[in-house]
Amino acid sequence: MLIDSESRLSFEKSSAGRHGAKLPKSRLAKKGAESVPEPLRRRNPACLPELTEPEVVRHFVNLSKKNFSIDTHFYPLGSCSMKYNPKVNEWAAALDSFAGVHPLQAEETAQGWLQVFYELEQDLKEITGMDRFTLQPAAGAQGELCGMMMVRAYHASRGEPNRRKVLVPDSSHGTNPATAALLGYEVVEIKSNARGRVDLEALRRQVGPDTACLMLTNPNTLGLFEEDIFQITELVHEAGGLLYYDGANFNALLGIARPGDMGFDVVHLNLHKTFTTPHGGGGPGAGPVGVRQKLVPFLPVPLVEKQGDRYAFDFNRSQTIGRVKSFHGQAGMLLRAYVYIRTLGSAGLKQVSEDAILNANYLKAKLKQVFPVAVDEPCMHEFVLSAKLSSAKDIHAVDIGKRLLDYGFHAPTVHFPLVVPEALMIEPTETESKETLDRFAEAMIQIRNEAEKNPDLIKNAPHSLPIRRPDEVLAARNPILTYQDWLVSLETKEEPKLSLRS
Amino acid sequence: MHYHPLTDNDRQEMLRTMGARRFEDLLVGVPEKLRSREISVSESPSEFELRKQILKIGRENLNSQSTLSFLGGGSYEHFSPAALAELLNRNEFYTAYTPYQPEASQGTLQAMFEYQSLIAELTALAVSNASHYDGATSLAEAGLLALRHTGRRKILVARSVHPHFRQVLRTYLEAADFQLEEFGFEKDGRFRREEFEEFLTSEVGGVVIQTPNFFGVIEDLEKVADAVHDKGTLLILAANPLSLGVLRAPGEWGADLAVGEGQVLGLPMSFGGPYLGYFAATRELMRKIPGRLAGMTIDREGRRAFVLTLQAREQHIRRKRAASNICTNEGLCALGACIYLTLLGKEGIREVGELNLDRAHYLRDEISRIKGFRVNRDAPIFNEFTVVSNKPFGAIQSKLVPQGILPGIDLAPLYPEMKGAFLVCATETKTKEDLDRFVKALGAV
Repeated sequence: MLIDSESRLSFEKSSAGRHGAKLPKSRLAKKGAESVPEPLRRRNPACLPELTEPEVVRHFVNLSKKNFSIDTHFYPLGSCSMKYNPKVNEWAAALDSFAGVHPLQAEETAQGWLQVFYELEQDLKEITGMDRFTLQPAAGAQGELCGMMMVRAYHASRGEPNRRKVLVPDSSHGTNPATAALLGYEVVEIKSNARGRVDLEALRRQVGPDTACLMLTNPNTLGLFEEDIFQITELVHEAGGLLYYDGANFNALLGIARPGDMGFDVVHLNLHKTFTTPHGGGGPGAGPVGVRQKLVPFLPVPLVEKQGDRYAFDFNRSQTIGRVKSFHGQAGMLLRAYVYIRTLGSAGLKQVSEDAILNANYLKAKLKQVFPVAVDEPCMHEFVLSAKLSSAKDIHAVDIGKRLLDYGFHAPTVHFPLVVPEALMIEPTETESKETLDRFAEAMIQIRNEAEKNPDLIKNAPHSLPIRRPDEVLAARNPILTYQDWLVSLETKEEPKLSLRS
Repeated sequence: MHYHPLTDNDRQEMLRTMGARRFEDLLVGVPEKLRSREISVSESPSEFELRKQILKIGRENLNSQSTLSFLGGGSYEHFSPAALAELLNRNEFYTAYTPYQPEASQGTLQAMFEYQSLIAELTALAVSNASHYDGATSLAEAGLLALRHTGRRKILVARSVHPHFRQVLRTYLEAADFQLEEFGFEKDGRFRREEFEEFLTSEVGGVVIQTPNFFGVIEDLEKVADAVHDKGTLLILAANPLSLGVLRAPGEWGADLAVGEGQVLGLPMSFGGPYLGYFAATRELMRKIPGRLAGMTIDREGRRAFVLTLQAREQHIRRKRAASNICTNEGLCALGACIYLTLLGKEGIREVGELNLDRAHYLRDEISRIKGFRVNRDAPIFNEFTVVSNKPFGAIQSKLVPQGILPGIDLAPLYPEMKGAFLVCATETKTKEDLDRFVKALGAV
């Protein structure tokens, strides 16, 4: 293994006796640390790396430079809504008057936070057409879990625990079937029709007295609006089932259409997608869940109520599914989303989706000459191309994605949805300019040419990043998950070569 | 709108390019009936005006800068070096997505790897994932893992575990038709060993104990792991990671799984989130761990590289057969914890533990001298402890809050049998003056 100075671990830069934080020296108690009985004390010291503050800062700043991010690159990752994260949101979340508040403070001493929760809930209700929201779930997947727990509780309360089936389209996100399975449901896949939508006939065959719920993303993962949405919701409702709206693609619908008006009973939103809270390299997210009136009794506790001009938590809800997270959810993310909605207002929110849709259709129009579109119809906020080329059979979607990195663009979502062979799922978002889209389209056209003339260039991409393609098989077969694992592996293998390249 | 670069000219030109006359032509799939509804949210002020509004709302909160707070109970005020916040503000970290493209995410991936290494070191266990939503959901996932691993249907949990941890665990278990049974605690706050032994049968898939527990008491877990393992059961310890520089680590107690709240590792309280749940396990359980894992490998040129690994456990690959439905973790919070631990280092993590022990013991001694207040001086504690008073907590609170002091957490709503008791916390952030001021104010109630 070649290790250059930029990929050395903090542990490998450690030097005994260094430290990077200055702590108080004073001791007050007669017996503090000494009072811990011997058997309760740590046996072997925790060997954390020993570095000074400047070394730690350089280490992490240099690590950060190896990342692509929204603030540095165009990031057209489908179904992830990688759009600009406004800085005023960050300003608000960092204020002592919000960040310094303890979650178990008396309500009277945290009225500002409760106001934010209350007003955010009102906004989300208006935007989605739902009757009430819980802000507690930590992310989209947890929102799904919370929502499906309510579906389950609803059927149980009506004496119908035998509704054991959850229907999901074959184009659905992996979290949908995983969530349903976690709750013991039998997952049934509904196939898509030739136009990428739910096949009504296939749905009709599967819906019945054992249906608990249909989980649907709309627009779906092909970026297409489910035109038969009213027939779909009616079909499921007539059979006594509920409808779950996966909000991953809600960036297409702000001010344009509301899940509540389509007939959905449960909705989760990804605040880290549509409402600009930063993705943080994989979280934290936030996944509020909205429900129609009939599911309100099952919402997690607590909810926030307004009494006169004061706000209060309501814990007293007899049919609640319980608590899904400590305290009040991802409060800091909720505040960011609140600031975002306020910054945009009604007109600005509508502009989000209009520009997102316009950008997607424009890019699709520019790219469809070079890569076939999965379904060539007007799309919503994203679209799916197929990288399956008759003229370049060895090239896969993943290769196109890797080559894009060399051109300074993050890869689209690749090989998803599963219903499209060699899928490239592209979501430009509304915060990208026409010039950026033009540059991206040019890169795609060039890559298409490379695919035919010099396929090895693509199959070996990327060429210009801190690493080339990593060996993922090796990583899984011989897992090195910690520095400690690495030390053990050194005992059994040849010495690593230290590279002087930096 | 200052976030949206398209100009009217751009829009016209783009529509022309795609052969559409007007924007609405693109919405052909959306039924007219849905499109008629205009939404109405708040007005949109300028950034300057909005900031004034936010500051005004913020003034309705008391916070740890403007008051002296002794609240703990799962969220803590700790010192966080300025370098930490500065580094977390790196755009390349906080505006990046999940590292699905490893070549363009080596920064995030290496930091995840280092985070896992730090947690493994702290907990004295072999494997750590890249974090869960918070301590409570981390515990719920650990409970589900224990049931999957043992094929059993029941989790046994100490009532001295944080009430929110237990509530979330209950929500997750009940929704999957699993059972939860609780065992009690002694007057001094330690878990009740006879009850634990009585309830521990071979039907139990996992036992959950927290240390220091919700009352701040460091549990003595001598022979607990043996008893649990004798029944073929897994031991899940919920430990405060900041205590592990000084207190015996989960792995040193023989735990199979360690989980807990990582907010203490340099993150703000922020009214309850975002935090992170750490999750560590023995090597035996490695392939059953839910959530993301970073691993070390080599690239095509033999260079060190980091990737997401063992993804065959995850929802985007396994769909309905996944180990968990988890997708997003708490990446940036885990990065914060990683930076915090790196700054503290080997000496710092021990020192900060000792400082917490010191401040809490000083405060407990001082409060024990106040007439009308009782503390239990026998139980070993880390940085919080229970205080019992003849005066109702509401009265104490309404006396102290106007003086800028938040005295603690009322225990009666959480434990009906603990009327008159409240939980008091003192971390390294408290000076002698702070503690003396609190004691004096309590004495005057």
